[in-house]
Amino acid sequence: MSQRCAEMKDIYLPQLATIVKTEAMNVTEKYLRLSMDDGRFEYAPGQFVEVSVGGIGEAPITISSSPTQKGGFELIVRRIGNVTNAIHNLKPGDKVGIRGPFGRGTYPVEEARGRNLVFICGGIGLVPQRSFINYVLDNRDQYGEVTILQGTKCYDLRLFTSEVAAWEKRDDIQMLETIDEPDDCWKGNVGVVTKLIPKVTTDLKSAVLLVCGPPVMYKFVLLELDKSRVPHENIFLNLERKMKCGVGKCGHCQVNNVYVCMDGPVFRYSDLATMPEAI
Amino acid sequence: MSVKTINKDDFAELLDVLIEQGNVIGVQAKGDRFDYAPLKSAKDLRLDYDVTLQPPKKYFLPPTEVLMSCTVCGAYKSEYEDHPFILLGVHPYDMISINQMDELFRQDNYDTHYMTRRNSATIIACDVARPSENVFASSMGTAIVRNGYDVLLTDIGNSYVAEAATEKGENVLAKARTTEADDAAIKSREAVWAKNRKALNRHELKCDPGYLPRLLNKAYDHPIWEERARTCFSCGSCNLVCPTCYCFNVQDDVSWDMKAGERKRVWDGCLLDGFTQVAGGHEFRKHRSDRFRHRLYRKAKYVPEKIGGQIACVGCGRCVAACLPDIANPVSIFNRLIEDLGIE
Repeated sequence: MSQRCAEMKDIYLPQLATIVKTEAMNVTEKYLRLSMDDGRFEYAPGQFVEVSVGGIGEAPITISSSPTQKGGFELIVRRIGNVTNAIHNLKPGDKVGIRGPFGRGTYPVEEARGRNLVFICGGIGLVPQRSFINYVLDNRDQYGEVTILQGTKCYDLRLFTSEVAAWEKRDDIQMLETIDEPDDCWKGNVGVVTKLIPKVTTDLKSAVLLVCGPPVMYKFVLLELDKSRVPHENIFLNLERKMKCGVGKCGHCQVNNVYVCMDGPVFRYSDLATMPEAI
Repeated sequence: MSVKTINKDDFAELLDVLIEQGNVIGVQAKGDRFDYAPLKSAKDLRLDYDVTLQPPKKYFLPPTEVLMSCTVCGAYKSEYEDHPFILLGVHPYDMISINQMDELFRQDNYDTHYMTRRNSATIIACDVARPSENVFASSMGTAIVRNGYDVLLTDIGNSYVAEAATEKGENVLAKARTTEADDAAIKSREAVWAKNRKALNRHELKCDPGYLPRLLNKAYDHPIWEERARTCFSCGSCNLVCPTCYCFNVQDDVSWDMKAGERKRVWDGCLLDGFTQVAGGHEFRKHRSDRFRHRLYRKAKYVPEKIGGQIACVGCGRCVAACLPDIANPVSIFNRLIEDLGIE
């Protein structure tokens, strides 16, 4: 007598994907382009996947490419633990396991249509934001003004330097960049990303603002946005947590009563009012 | 559904048949306390127990469980444990915790691993014959249970009233000499229930349990979390013994030849330092008081939101006994909040 729930899908079982391309972005970040072996993969900007390396483990990584770009999907992986170290050792042709994409809380693709957008990114916060940025750029006529603020700790850790340079050249994007620590190679802004906010030419109050960065950044960015009286329902924050299972069971990513893996990772700031653990 | 009477000698006989036919897990003495363990003989069963050291959750969510096998840097394959077993002697409050867990693992994303074990089980529950030192099931409305089990036994002296609630349960009782329960037996069972509804109450909650989510709505910044957590060891004992704690971690292990591996699910606890730590070291619930509060909020607010308002503390009292600094007692926490914040 088999009691197995054979007809049901195993929510923990990864599907194989092949690494199509890799590139070292700097000393800690690696770029990967992946393609699902069964070909099926649809996602929305802001969603994440659980990446498995057989025998090593699994880690949640947010997708960096835009669904408008065909030919697999892109992940940027920081070398920081067992799994991410193992991912750094992989080459094109190697296999990883993928579960997902996960997260109902994605970037407000529809709501933002026709409005001005301000992306505020700290460090690898640019990685998830890039998914929506490129979605907007691929549907450029459907969105208003685009402003991108990028703050990076030091010069060597800057990401997507050629892509950022290309954005800088476009006359339909206000691209502002800063680094925290002065560097001989850097002629631009120095200081934290909040210092760029007063330089934004778009009307902040009516824009849709998208914020992603390290936890410490949110407090300061939100304080700065409050000074400009930006309505909280116009601000979207990417709350990355330890999304261990990705399916709302394991409890690790819970912020008060909310599972980030299910209801996030992107949240509307005004919805966080009842979640004191969020910021 | 049928309600029978089975005398205790016949029940022992039935039990020996069940043991011979398969895997029976039953409550047994462990020193001067009790715990679930595989039964070797009917005489080892102790349905007169007060509370088991461990809740029965480990039979559905084992402390370590293989979810999948894999090849190193290759594909994963689901692994399932589906050997039928009988779990015998589950008290009503523990049965309710299993019912809650079933709902949590079923909803949103159906957990085939948990549910395979759960569907492999035949649960023979039994009403409490002897209140434990810290039980407060009467306060939580969990002193008796009317669903989830396959068979419910109630000790009425020389015999048990045995209610089969499912086909599995009917099949078990069909193997024994039973008689239809008469009015006297039914009345005796109701007397046990009436008694237990009041008597399993070593700590008395000063409100209806249904009020707890609203109480917690205004208790987030109450000083009690800090006061209690000051002596918390962050040992996670309260998580370990709680029948409704089910947070887990997932980890991979590699075989000695570096060719194959396994992905395992292991118990975790929200009181443990590092539970919310992400890559890079940031910990979102760094303070003990935050973790302490989170557990109580899960029991009486967050999880109830997911299971139709049922409070996810079933009043077993195990955390009260397990907590070394003696800060875990949920009733004393809730009563203090009621005292300070009142009931609306």
